[in-house]
Amino acid sequence: MSLSAIFVQLLNGLASASSLFLVAAGLSLIFGVTRIVNFAHGSLYMLGVYTAYSLVKTFGGGILGFWGAVLAAGLIVGVFGALVERLLLRRLYRAPELLQLLATFALVLIIRDFALWAWGPEDLLGPRAPGLDGAVGIAGRRVPEYDLLLIALGPVVLGLLWLLLTRTRWGTLVRAATEDREMAGALGVNQSWLFTSVFALGAFLAGLGGAIQIPREPAVLTMDLSILADVFVVVVVGGMGSIPGAFLAAVIIGVLKAMCIGIGNVSAFGIDFSFSKLTLVVEFIVMAVVLVIRPWGLLGRSQGIPRGAASVEPPLHLPSPALLKGFAAALLALALLPLVSDRYTLVLLTDILVFALFAVSLHFIMGPAGMHSFGHAAYFGLGAYAAALLFKHALPMELALLLAPFAAGLGALAFGWFCVRLSGVYLAMLTLAFAQIAWSVVYQWDAFTGGSNGLVGVWPAQWLAGKTAFYYLALALCAGGILILWRILYSPFGYALRAGRDSPLRADAIGIDVRRQQWLGFALAGLFAGLAGAVYAFSKGSISPDSLSIPRSVDGLVMVLMGGIQTLTGAVAGAAVFTWLQDTISRQTEFWRALLGGIILFLVLVFPQGIAGFLRERWEARAGGSKG
Amino acid sequence: MKTRRAFLLGTVALAMTAVFSGPATAQNTIKIGELNSYKNFPAFLEPYKKGWELALEEINKAGGVLGKKVEVISRDDNGTPGDAVRVAEELLSRESVSFLMGTFASHVGLAVSDFAKQRKTLFIAAEPLTDQIVWNKGNHYTFRLRPSTYMQVAMLVPEAAKLNKKRWAIVYPNYEYGQSATAGFKKLLSAKQPGVEFIAEQAPALGKIEAGAVVQALIDAKPDAIFSSLFGGDLQKFVREGNQRGLFKDRPVFNLLAGEPEYLDPLKDETPAGWYVTGYPWEQINTPEHQKFLAAYRTKWNDYPRLGSVVGYATMMTAFEAIKKAGSTDTEKMIAAMKGLQMDSPLGKFSYRALDHQSTMGAYVGRLAQKDGKGMMVDWKYADGAGFLPSDAEVKALRPAE
Amino acid sequence: MNVLNVAKLSKAFGGVQAVCDVSFSLASGELLALIGPNGAGKTTCFNLLNGQIAADSGSAEFEGRSLIGLKPRQIWRLGVGRTFQITATFSSMSVRENVQTALLNFHGRLNSLVSLAARQYLDEAMELLARVGIAEQAGRPCAVLAYGDLKRVELAIALANRPRLLLMDEPTAGMAPPERVALMQLTAELARASGIAVLFTEHDMDVVFAHADRILVLNRGRLIAEGKPAEVRANREVQEVYLGSGSLFGAAHA
Repeated sequence: MSLSAIFVQLLNGLASASSLFLVAAGLSLIFGVTRIVNFAHGSLYMLGVYTAYSLVKTFGGGILGFWGAVLAAGLIVGVFGALVERLLLRRLYRAPELLQLLATFALVLIIRDFALWAWGPEDLLGPRAPGLDGAVGIAGRRVPEYDLLLIALGPVVLGLLWLLLTRTRWGTLVRAATEDREMAGALGVNQSWLFTSVFALGAFLAGLGGAIQIPREPAVLTMDLSILADVFVVVVVGGMGSIPGAFLAAVIIGVLKAMCIGIGNVSAFGIDFSFSKLTLVVEFIVMAVVLVIRPWGLLGRSQGIPRGAASVEPPLHLPSPALLKGFAAALLALALLPLVSDRYTLVLLTDILVFALFAVSLHFIMGPAGMHSFGHAAYFGLGAYAAALLFKHALPMELALLLAPFAAGLGALAFGWFCVRLSGVYLAMLTLAFAQIAWSVVYQWDAFTGGSNGLVGVWPAQWLAGKTAFYYLALALCAGGILILWRILYSPFGYALRAGRDSPLRADAIGIDVRRQQWLGFALAGLFAGLAGAVYAFSKGSISPDSLSIPRSVDGLVMVLMGGIQTLTGAVAGAAVFTWLQDTISRQTEFWRALLGGIILFLVLVFPQGIAGFLRERWEARAGGSKG
Repeated sequence: MKTRRAFLLGTVALAMTAVFSGPATAQNTIKIGELNSYKNFPAFLEPYKKGWELALEEINKAGGVLGKKVEVISRDDNGTPGDAVRVAEELLSRESVSFLMGTFASHVGLAVSDFAKQRKTLFIAAEPLTDQIVWNKGNHYTFRLRPSTYMQVAMLVPEAAKLNKKRWAIVYPNYEYGQSATAGFKKLLSAKQPGVEFIAEQAPALGKIEAGAVVQALIDAKPDAIFSSLFGGDLQKFVREGNQRGLFKDRPVFNLLAGEPEYLDPLKDETPAGWYVTGYPWEQINTPEHQKFLAAYRTKWNDYPRLGSVVGYATMMTAFEAIKKAGSTDTEKMIAAMKGLQMDSPLGKFSYRALDHQSTMGAYVGRLAQKDGKGMMVDWKYADGAGFLPSDAEVKALRPAE
Repeated sequence: MNVLNVAKLSKAFGGVQAVCDVSFSLASGELLALIGPNGAGKTTCFNLLNGQIAADSGSAEFEGRSLIGLKPRQIWRLGVGRTFQITATFSSMSVRENVQTALLNFHGRLNSLVSLAARQYLDEAMELLARVGIAEQAGRPCAVLAYGDLKRVELAIALANRPRLLLMDEPTAGMAPPERVALMQLTAELARASGIAVLFTEHDMDVVFAHADRILVLNRGRLIAEGKPAEVRANREVQEVYLGSGSLFGAAHA
């Protein structure tokens, strides 16, 4: 690359960074003050793009019309954000942590379908910005005028936010709440109003970040999730709650991507390497490196994980004889089911069993071990691919199935070593980064993994080919895996895991190597997720990269949270309900995603403690009532 | 509390019905299972659905087939192979459909194709473009309608070779479709035009192109011509940046699929004039079979057809003709009927090759132009798919033995 | 016999000498109080001994083994128990399980995946709980215990590895005065009965003068006085430090 080419690519990177920064700043503010991991932030961005598109059409394409539309779109999304906070999220502040995440996930589903309903399926490319529709010559190249405006806009917004946060009383409160939530409460801050206003500002920034993109980017229905991961990366790389950090991270990632593209294909020592292809995953590599070196992001600070009064977990009692009998009866019923049910029920139940094991393995590290993972699908996928590859390389299916989980366990051992050095959202995001890196390798390595198409022809051995036989195999392996994981929680190892979560200080003081314990726990969970993946691969006959993609990880999270993170059986209940709902609802209506989102919201509001948590409360209330 | 209990009861009751409701048996209908990623690719699949619904209506109005009405049970496959295979199983075992059709993305299509092989069921793949589905991962049970990536590339190559440009830059979405298109284009053009050079390659992630940087990198590479397989949002971003930065000035561009209304219409006044594309100029095709289709479609849906509409319509009609020819819905009889099946379609006649189960449906090859702020195709002609396939020997070598 | 020997221990934070040349020793069964005004370096000194932070120079030996550079869990393994200023217990476990967890690790059984933790070392756990007087609370979740009882749970946990040295950071902080006396009484009895050396920091001078065998006084990182309660009480420098810092020297002015 010539110097002038580098300079122009630098401008390109900066232009992309601006919108990313705006959206990320909003997410960072919201997280800093409310500790909400807002999955719907990408949806707010998407709403910004669509709303601005419609408003520009209404207001006309003049300078006033265009900028009026952009600003109005931001404001509308801001108001929408405030409503979401007041009507929905504030009901959940006392609920177990991460439950708001589930609620915002439901919003993602609803908003996506709303956009489809309101704007239709076709991509909508907005007009160029009036007065800025040309390009100017820089370094012998033509750079769009609008890009130059965006380059300036990022620092301007950063400055305005800085003024707002340092020169106003509101800003002081926001900073106080970001740094120490309890202290802010003690200072007599009106938290209710503060939270609403912060959420509104965050949503406004997301909407504005979307609206300013309309001259550069069409409104597409998938843009919500595609920006979400990027924005999380920016916020985490910068340091959660740090606005300058978000700016720095957005610039680094924007420029790095542009440079990768600028460099293009390089060949050295006889090896061709495409930096252009690296853009698939470069932000996640940056995040992994940053988190390994600086566990709280570039400009972030160590943050204690706030555990509200509501999140103290009840002791884990050994199941009562009655409960054990219940479990045995349920297992017996599952074992007898093939006698009465149709073939498809077995197929659906096989899926449910697989996801139940996957969710239980995720719960194993999220609940008792206190490590939130946003990338657990990595181990599911590693297990699935290992099974498929071993099978394809001439191992008998049975052996492939049994060996595959160990590949996943090894993967978890390797990634986990880094992850357990972090905590809270940073840990979660590092798991996500590793999952994305693993995903990109699988996605790109055509010769070995089949690339984006995946591998087909992964069918079980003859004696397991029947749906009933395979169902029994899945039942044995998945129910067995679940029982082993549960049983481990009652063992000294499980107690050590919980000890490390409840009080790392005390655990350390009674000689427990908390990290080592977490590391082994992480690997164990990976192993069993891998088992689920291996069963999955053979149940489907094929495997593709989406088995270790973000949506699969999110599905796992949703299952755990829906079932109730503080209840052992929650993950199973969540997996069953979620899988069954998805299967059933998608047949009922074209807008099934919105319906699914609506049901999840309903469940979140009615059973904040999760489905299994609710059932347990009822059970205990009844038992208590009969005693007293 | 009451609502909770009522909700729980309702849930349980629903679950029970779902678990124990047996297959609904139908005597006087032929049931066909259809699955697609409706929620993942609505821009293409809503018109697709309208297309097959129109065909289905026509079929049943004309009395169905074999004296029975045709019923299509359609499902959303959630865009993942795993869910698609489950949905396919549901269609087969609970709905007792005679065979399967549909799918959009290649990896989903391949998974369902392999499932069909395992379950010994006919599968008519409607949309997936991957060459693998009929070639190196082809099987006895799977037929594919759309002209494949290879075919569409082959349709553009003669024009590209005619220009005799030496230095080519390539841009493609970084997954199997883009990779195959790129590999195919390099191979075919090199064969026709020895000495051609491919000097730059950009492979942005699907749906996440950094258009400014990509366009700049291509300009800096100073190519004589560009081959692209971008589509959708990526294409729109690429076009706008390219227009603003002058990438397309005096440089011929070849872009697969860009003439399809799904991808062309959003470009509006950004439509780059002169591009060589494959597509579907629906408003200009004056053949009687297309006129008839167009009128019927407009009457039923009060909208114009996209390419997806034609694909949906032709898929449904394929199913109809295959049943009619087989005289039964028996899988082996239908597969025998499908081999060499002659079809009339809005795009004209085509057939399903016995050799590799690929249809010879073609595509329109032409150039882009702008009229009244809208994009359109000009200088187009219909390229019959039969003329753009490798030799039989090559295909045989690719396909696994049955 | 001296259990703990500390010599010339020093630690600076960014040029501020938090602990400077502190030397002392501690014998089995002895209760040694570490006092001083806020910022005197008590907590730093404490954390140097329990492995939380690393010393710049000096030595600290427990039963002849150096503690410098060891991690808290390694120090625990040598036979040192700890309690915290703000109680740290496992809130998702019952009182008894808290102690059992410590016992499991003491007996080297914490990595077992098979046995049922809740059934291990039951008697030993109950005995420890009885010693600190909360056996009847054994089955209750730690999360619902009164603060004074939690302090006792901590003490029971700290005793699980049969320590020869107990490090107690502000053991009575946050408790009502009668409870304070009771807890320190208990600690003193246990220490003397089992020959455990106890080093504790404390704000409440009533507690210090009632229970400590000896007292160390720190000011600005330096040891300014050491001796029996009566000697320390009479020390002029100590009186000045406490008067100068504005806080009353409780019993001395009584």
